[in-house]
Amino acid sequence: MAKKEILICAGTACLSAGAEEIKDKFKEEIKELNLTEDYETKTVISNTGCIGPCSLGPIAIVKDDNTFYGHLKTEDVARIVREHLLNGRVVEDLLTEEEGEKVEDFKEIRFMKKQKRIALRNTGIIDPNKIEEYLERDGYQALKTVLNELTPLEVIEEIKASGLRGRGGAGFPTGLKWSFAHQAAGEQKYIICNADEGDPGAFMDRSILEGDPHSIIEAMAVAGYAIGADQGFVYVRAEYPLAVKNLKIAIRAAENNGYLGSNIYGSDFSFNLEVRVGAGAFVCGEETALIASIEGKRGQPSTKPPYPANSGLWGKPTVINNVETLANIVPIINKGSQWFSSIGTEKSKGTKVFAVAGDVKETGLVEVPMGTTLREIVFEIAGGIADGKEFKAAQIGGPSGGTIPKEYLDLKIDYESVKEAGAIVGSGGLVIMDEDNSMVDVARFFLDFTEDESCGKCTPCRVGTKRMLDILEKILDGKGSQQDLDKLEELGNVVKETSLCGLGQTAPNPVLSTLKYFREEYEELINTAEEGN
Amino acid sequence: MAAIKLSALDHIFEKYEGKKGKLIPVLHEIQEEVGYLPVEVQRYVSEKLGVAMSKIYGVISFYSFFTTEPKGEHTIGVCMGTACYVKGAEDILNRLKEELGIETGQTTADNKFTMTMTRCLGTCSMAPVIMIDDQVHGNLEAEKIPEIINKY
Repeated sequence: MAKKEILICAGTACLSAGAEEIKDKFKEEIKELNLTEDYETKTVISNTGCIGPCSLGPIAIVKDDNTFYGHLKTEDVARIVREHLLNGRVVEDLLTEEEGEKVEDFKEIRFMKKQKRIALRNTGIIDPNKIEEYLERDGYQALKTVLNELTPLEVIEEIKASGLRGRGGAGFPTGLKWSFAHQAAGEQKYIICNADEGDPGAFMDRSILEGDPHSIIEAMAVAGYAIGADQGFVYVRAEYPLAVKNLKIAIRAAENNGYLGSNIYGSDFSFNLEVRVGAGAFVCGEETALIASIEGKRGQPSTKPPYPANSGLWGKPTVINNVETLANIVPIINKGSQWFSSIGTEKSKGTKVFAVAGDVKETGLVEVPMGTTLREIVFEIAGGIADGKEFKAAQIGGPSGGTIPKEYLDLKIDYESVKEAGAIVGSGGLVIMDEDNSMVDVARFFLDFTEDESCGKCTPCRVGTKRMLDILEKILDGKGSQQDLDKLEELGNVVKETSLCGLGQTAPNPVLSTLKYFREEYEELINTAEEGN
Repeated sequence: MAAIKLSALDHIFEKYEGKKGKLIPVLHEIQEEVGYLPVEVQRYVSEKLGVAMSKIYGVISFYSFFTTEPKGEHTIGVCMGTACYVKGAEDILNRLKEELGIETGQTTADNKFTMTMTRCLGTCSMAPVIMIDDQVHGNLEAEKIPEIINKY
């Protein structure tokens, strides 16, 4: 019998749905039938990182023929082992049914069919705790190419030519950021991976770190070579214990195999990585606050300039890249900038990962080319709105983003178009809401968040968000007036214009965008209040 | 409560010897061991690292993960992220309050559970979720709460 491999998703979502029990059951069955777990001969069970279609979990994929089994229960396992693995017959009734048809191939299920996976190329396919599986998929080849064949400037030019922009929020060109730090004077430089994924509703960075940590390590080493840094830090939020664990295992494996440490690939380039765990402060996703936190201080932002590229961690030139940004680096080096820049729109190249959640049929991670429409994501990939309800709005970009209505379903999503619509792509959190949701309440939810997370350093953010929240609560209490609405809008614009850092500058967006598109909901609350008086 | 043996924490300081920016990781590890960061621990950290007490307190009070109060045996974090909120996290929170008879931030009288609200846990497809210690429980309904709590 040929070797069979079963992939079991061990991402946080699947684990909470019972993936561990499924795995144990597979092991038990395989043992009972004497299909020993020998890698060379028979059947192996592999843990993978997040496969993506989280709402279908727990998930198992038979790797040899890509058969996808979702919503698994322990009692299903025996049949898969006996019928599929032993006799090569797919267990029809355990397949996912979509529009009356059973779908067999993992790549053909609705949620996956239209995706293009670059940043998520390995998650869900490899075992993140086995470096050999990463190596089998050209792992650490980009680092080898860079060290043996390219000068740091050539690496930077390649990244510039690819058109890659930061995936953490602002969309700043990555190659340009690297070139600033490269040019900055100084012996000691640092590279930091920002994995303080704080936007509620965004979980792509967690999935990448859990499922493909080596791709981040390799990308950081490449970045380190390009800018001249020999030390990197990964700043991970404390809410992600599994990501921290898998990353630490991967760093140790990379060190033991010579991909981190001194004289990598026999060159004179040395690079070390350290993991720093956050301590529960949303503002630390802001780069200057993150730097303060690594330095062991309160995570309060500071004014820019100077930019971190010139004066960052301990005053040294520092590049800070988001996890998803880094996940694109290795493919760009391996396949070339031209390949990458052929994907996406004119100004936004490549793909973007969206964490789709809320009132849609299927939720999880969706990676699509920039320029894909909201309609394609919501209806063609996520299967539309659940429970036969109507689409009302999409909240994109978390507390810094905005809420966009159904008129924008055909909006081609890229940095520019989403900004024009009054939201931001941000980290890519995409929470879909049906007709039952109150937009005023959603605005209050986000403001409550930013008001609580405001670090208190600058007045517009500290006091402004508090006052805005007061007004919103007054309106929701049925005590608001037209004057309150005007004040809310005015205050929102002041906070936006005058706050010190990105947190404050974007905090009013959820309010301003709902005022723009769902003003009638605010007015209805006010009218009811005024009639009551 | 038994007195904390401060010298038992020395291995943590040794581990971070010579490292830059070690205050936060040191506090993490101490909290992991002791459970919380009372003033005598803060004073010891101050001596050991040569950092002013005011700085240490500043850091502890800034970050929501650090606590100066002892916690129960298990910590229940109710996710208050967007997806959970949209999917009814408030009902879950209210049911937990009812079942445990405590408010968020409090610990049950038998010292078993401390309940907190957490930021997005990133398991939005399982919303609403809670995290008990390191374990995420998803697709919750208020009715499922007693069964989950009883497992602990």
